[in-house]
Amino acid sequence: MATATFSRYADLTALVGLMTGDEKHQAAAASTLDVLWVLYDRVLTVTPETTDHPDRDRFLLSKGHGPAGYYAVLAAKGFLTVGNLRNWTESDSPLGHHPDRTLVPGAEISSGSLGHGLGLGVGTALGLRAQARDRPRVVVLLGDGELDEGSNHEAIAFAGRAGLENLTAVVVDNSSATHGWPGGIAERFTREGWSARTVPNRDHAALYGALTAPHDGVPLAVVVTVV
Amino acid sequence: MRETFVRVVSSALDTDPGLALLLADISADRFAEVSARHPDRVVNLGSREQLLIGAAGGLALTGMRPVAHTFGSFLVERPFEQLKLDLGHQGTGAVLASTGGSYETPGYGRTHMAPGDVALLDTLPGWTVHVPGHADEAARLLEGALPGDDRVYLRLSERGNTQPHAVGRGLVPVREGSARSRGVVLAVGPMLERVLAATRDLDVTVAYTATVRPFDREGLRRLTAAAGQADILLVEPYLAGTSAHEVAAALHDRRHRQLSLGVSRNAEVRGYGTQADHDRAHGLDTAGVAAAAREFFLV
Repeated sequence: MATATFSRYADLTALVGLMTGDEKHQAAAASTLDVLWVLYDRVLTVTPETTDHPDRDRFLLSKGHGPAGYYAVLAAKGFLTVGNLRNWTESDSPLGHHPDRTLVPGAEISSGSLGHGLGLGVGTALGLRAQARDRPRVVVLLGDGELDEGSNHEAIAFAGRAGLENLTAVVVDNSSATHGWPGGIAERFTREGWSARTVPNRDHAALYGALTAPHDGVPLAVVVTVV
Repeated sequence: MRETFVRVVSSALDTDPGLALLLADISADRFAEVSARHPDRVVNLGSREQLLIGAAGGLALTGMRPVAHTFGSFLVERPFEQLKLDLGHQGTGAVLASTGGSYETPGYGRTHMAPGDVALLDTLPGWTVHVPGHADEAARLLEGALPGDDRVYLRLSERGNTQPHAVGRGLVPVREGSARSRGVVLAVGPMLERVLAATRDLDVTVAYTATVRPFDREGLRRLTAAAGQADILLVEPYLAGTSAHEVAAALHDRRHRQLSLGVSRNAEVRGYGTQADHDRAHGLDTAGVAAAAREFFLV
């Protein structure tokens, strides 16, 4: 019953409010809340009942920072209970400042150290392709500061050449990269053979359109600019 | 052993649809045929070793059994955090097969030497570490590892013993000392035959293992109890003392002495030359092991 009471987009702020954290993580949570909601509400085919189904869509939170928004969306969609949120980061809670896949129902990866999600996503996409599972998508969410990590560029270049169509990278750009990305982040992906779109973070229709845009035979990058 | 690895993995790829091989250019030419048969399950990522381990972690998350292979320095040292997080912390497994040993391409210099690989992996829980001393042992250990879902490191070497020995049964005595023997010598993988030669004139038990993690503590206790003295000489082909803490744990409740031989921790050997040159520099040639053994046991 509790989850039914907090299952709408309008409830997310209250759900995030149940958790407390340092300001940097709060800001990170706010910048990802809208794209997380659009993904779980309209794009991804995964439910609390299908978290182990081989044909589920996979969402990999590479940017493990600021997971309050992620936990709030997982609670709104029934993966977590509201009670889970109330005691987050306590020693017996499954929820920490960085998610652990072995503790959080619905979390596909454990993250927190920057630059690991896209490599794991490439491997997941390769694994699905090798098993001829053409339907599931693999969506990896990164931050623009996280893109500094060189491991991402190994993954971006390879995924483009390998034509991993089932892979989508969502890069939330809140201008936190210390040295910036002249020419824009989308350019980094298109140069490597990806299809890339850039959309504002509050526009749910634009987010949905970008996340579901056709990208025949190549991976998709959606750059979400925080405005 | 690299040829054995190629043969066993190629054959397994033909019969097990859940197996995938990831490469980072090294040895890719040797897998050209099997790659043509299974293009979705033999993937050369290019020189991208962080992705090599990250992608292995992702493959394992989909239920597949990944095998990753390159030089030890680029398989374990360069992507060490990926080993820690993309496999261990995700709770997934893979088979990692390295080539090059500690210094098997000495002409390439320090960049291609990885004597610290086993010690590094030893900082992470849950790894099985095989150090075969013969190609037949490598084949058996690999065939045993491929069907699993655990984390396995297979340290392949182009050097070794002329004869294969038992694998998978912990410490196996190869030469038994008398009840008044001076102690136990543990030879790991490729070290065995030089250890046998170096201790020929000593009354000691020489035991062998090709699997150092998990370490057979119970086996060492048994062998030590049967020996005349609780003096243990450990001879490993990688960083000296890598398994010293295992020996100490195995014998924690009895007085004992131990000496560890292996690749020197104290200084880089900056010469090129041959493997024999490096064996001598680290005291790992037969003469070096013999001198250390006499000094340790005949005090």
